[in-house]
Amino acid sequence: MSRRQSLRDPRQERRQFAWRAIVMGLAVVALYAVMVARLIYLQVIDHEHYAAMSHDNRVHIAAVPPPRGLIYDRHGVLLAENVPSYSLDVTPEQVPDMAGTLEALKSVVALTPDDIRRFKQALRRKWPFQTVPLRFDLTPEEVARFAVQRYRFPGVDIKARLRRYYPFGGAMVDAVGYVGRIDAAELQHVDGQNYAGTTHYGKTGVEAFYQERLHGRVGYDQIEVNAKGRQIRVLSHQPPVPGDDLILSLDAGLQQVAEEALAGREGAAVAIDPRNGDVLALVSAPSYDPNWFVDGISSKRYAELRKNAWRPLFNRALAGQYPPGSTIKPFMALAGLANGVVTADQQIYCGPYWQIPGDPAQRKYRDWNRYGHGMTDVSKAITQSVDVYFYRLAFQLGIERMHGFLSRFGFGSATDIDTTGEMGGLLPTPAWKRRARNEVWYPGNTVVAGIGQGFVLATPLQLADATAALSMRGERFRPRLLRAVRDPISGKVSERPADALQPVQVRQSYWQAVLRGMRNVTQRPDGTAYRQFRGFDYVVAGKTGTAQVTSHIHSDNSSEATIPYRLRDNGLFIAFAPADHPLIAVAVVVEHGGGGDVSAAPVARRMLAYYLEHNTERRNGRLVLKPDLPAQLDLQPTQPRQAGAPS
Amino acid sequence: MRQDTMDSGIAYWLRRLHVDSMLLLALLALIATGLFILYSASGQNADMVARQSTRLLLALGVMALVAQVPVARLRQWAPWLYFAGLLLLLGVLLFGQVGMGARRWLDLGFMRFQPSEIMKLAVPMMLAWYFAERPLPPTGKQLVIAGAIVLLPVLLIAKEPDLGTALLVGMVGLFVIFFAGLSYRTMAVFAVLGLGSLPVLWHFMHGYQRERVLTFLDPERDPLGAGYHIIQSMIAVGSGGVYGTGWLNGTQAQLDFLPERSTDFIFSVFGEEFGLIGALILLALYVFIVLRGLDIALRAQDTYSRLVAGSLSMMFSVYVFVNVGMVIGLLPVVGVPLPLVSYGGTSMVTIMAAFGMLMGIHSHRRLVAH
Repeated sequence: MSRRQSLRDPRQERRQFAWRAIVMGLAVVALYAVMVARLIYLQVIDHEHYAAMSHDNRVHIAAVPPPRGLIYDRHGVLLAENVPSYSLDVTPEQVPDMAGTLEALKSVVALTPDDIRRFKQALRRKWPFQTVPLRFDLTPEEVARFAVQRYRFPGVDIKARLRRYYPFGGAMVDAVGYVGRIDAAELQHVDGQNYAGTTHYGKTGVEAFYQERLHGRVGYDQIEVNAKGRQIRVLSHQPPVPGDDLILSLDAGLQQVAEEALAGREGAAVAIDPRNGDVLALVSAPSYDPNWFVDGISSKRYAELRKNAWRPLFNRALAGQYPPGSTIKPFMALAGLANGVVTADQQIYCGPYWQIPGDPAQRKYRDWNRYGHGMTDVSKAITQSVDVYFYRLAFQLGIERMHGFLSRFGFGSATDIDTTGEMGGLLPTPAWKRRARNEVWYPGNTVVAGIGQGFVLATPLQLADATAALSMRGERFRPRLLRAVRDPISGKVSERPADALQPVQVRQSYWQAVLRGMRNVTQRPDGTAYRQFRGFDYVVAGKTGTAQVTSHIHSDNSSEATIPYRLRDNGLFIAFAPADHPLIAVAVVVEHGGGGDVSAAPVARRMLAYYLEHNTERRNGRLVLKPDLPAQLDLQPTQPRQAGAPS
Repeated sequence: MRQDTMDSGIAYWLRRLHVDSMLLLALLALIATGLFILYSASGQNADMVARQSTRLLLALGVMALVAQVPVARLRQWAPWLYFAGLLLLLGVLLFGQVGMGARRWLDLGFMRFQPSEIMKLAVPMMLAWYFAERPLPPTGKQLVIAGAIVLLPVLLIAKEPDLGTALLVGMVGLFVIFFAGLSYRTMAVFAVLGLGSLPVLWHFMHGYQRERVLTFLDPERDPLGAGYHIIQSMIAVGSGGVYGTGWLNGTQAQLDFLPERSTDFIFSVFGEEFGLIGALILLALYVFIVLRGLDIALRAQDTYSRLVAGSLSMMFSVYVFVNVGMVIGLLPVVGVPLPLVSYGGTSMVTIMAAFGMLMGIHSHRRLVAH
């Protein structure tokens, strides 16, 4: 390093530094300009985008499920309500030791392995900050016990919800149905938005049929959340629209009477107001408590219901298909009259049995009365249930004409009632037999169909519906369970007009002949249900039926008691009252009850007695229905509409 | 009249205290803004603001104290400070406190102390001391020595690992060398070499450091991890728009979406709540301070003063650029605070000490000249 080189040149150094400082100054300005450009890009050009992202970040939309519409009977009695129920909810992220907490909780509230399994499953699908219910429907004691020991369980809380409750238990389930937890298949076909937050769904009955009406519209809370999704505050609240309240045509009292009358038996009873199709009672026995199903039935209890030989889950009123037996005779009589096969005052000799003319096998179709009934006209044939009369009538009518006429009363097809699970009956034709059984139709099939045996099947609802049409001399209404809808906010009740169907039109004299026969069933000593209705306050028109369950032919002197229960005949009874201006029509089936007179008729009698006693008054010597619905326009404000905030 | 007298009185006293009134004013404006935004960013935590204020007072005191020391004295201390700093860095690596996966602190009993902070001042002082002894521009051999002076502490700091500080120390060293007269041709050669060495650097990087670079290149890579910071920060800044959401009204800031919102990401809060206008004003304050620093360097009367003043000003500028650049997605996430605004103490004291030096250089100028 030379000496010259090591000499400093302060002016040169200073000038060089000055240049470099200016370069750096410019560089700084340039760098800051880049930042400014970037800021302009973010805050001006892309502002909307980031503002939207920021909004999404902080605002979560939480669905508020609407309170489900309530269900009332025709008098305003609550059949399905929403009651506050307390559940134990766990917020996983706040629980320091989940296993320990669950173990310790067992000493405070009852926890079944089912509860814990379900809880652990739900846990996997949720964020740690989302609460997961552990136990539903805590008892008041459990709520109190937990409240005292709450300090021991961080992250565990009691939450109030609304739970569907059926105060009548099993008495209404066949008509009202029940709700259960919504399942994946149901979620598939519902409007996802409207069901966000909804946990329960109508599974059967009116609850299922009117699911959409009962559900209402979902509400929304705009909730401000922090980055961890925890709620900071509610920004806006769009309240849900509660589902419509339904006022059913059912009479809860009548329903209970029928339930009691059928207690301990297998059977069904259906009552209809023939003037409009209102279903007043729809009972299947035995029954089960729908409340078991609301929050999920235990597998053990469900297995018990399934395995029960009496099939309590089976809705006999809607889906039980029974041979109608002799209850079909009034309809057959009308068919014979309408088709000119018989006339109203024509007397026909009815011996102990009947044979198809020219039948080479000489097969005997026996009457229930081994001595026969002698000279019989159409009314007597109904009153005394003369089988021989109807064998002959059916044969002369032929199966096609029989099918044509009876189907006008609704036999052979579902009534289209506004509930779920209805089965059609069966009104056979040769074509049906070929299709279903690949067999030809024999004349004998027609003959036994004439007394409601063989292939003919009807549900109790169909029988009641046809009876109602009979009582109204052919005027028909579609049976219905929904009578009126109540707007849950205004309280306004809108009645639903009756749904009139194509009437069955025949000459008045034919109706008179048939209805006279039915009235005599209960009024004349030779009537098949005379003993059951002796001394009854109202004039009842009815028809007994006894239908063989199997094709076994029991000897004439075999008594019911000696026959195994499962082989015993079904007892049936159809009736309406008062006979001259009917207000109620009923059909009762008692499985394996034996004769319809002794098994089914008493059930019908109790139902008719209750209904007429409680719903009618005498005006000018005539029984008229007391007004019911108009007086009920202001049903009491219903139960709590909103689940209370957790304490 | 009275106002004038008072003003001139204050100015007089400031001069006597070797405090540059222009710098002081800009710094105080910055500090005040910082405290306001800290109140918002901390979730309206008055305790944090009080603690920060205490630190700022302390830092202002350090600044005033350093300003009193004549430049010549500071220059004499430079080698001592530098080698002491190196020893402390070695000490950190051997005995340091582990926090957040890195050894950065020495526990002095009454306080925890980051020796790497000393290097932010000691490296430019040491280099300036070295160059001031020799005619400029530097020779190749001098450049190698200067490079070693920078690289030694940078490597030690990078080993802690503290990438942000290593970067700043390296940068401030390079600025001194640049101001000393490193030829543009040499710079170009090093730039090419530097680019060429990137793959080698990549090889030596920690997994999380690589992750940061990758995440910077594509934030959506890891939207809930490292990318989350950048995404949420950009959302905050972008949603602020021109006018901002208003003080304490930034939802991103107030609702926990922004991580480290009172420290490294405090500018996002500012951008959200005060918008483009606020950000421009804040950046203007920073630019003003940097340019005033360069101005002081320009007017300085000896090489040492010029090099120290120029490089410290530029370091301050780099601080701002790295922090804001990271927050608005221009640069990868590197842990560098926004000077005088981010919550935290150590770097604030260093920065204020640097300004103390700048002020000293400026106010002692005449004394040196005479």
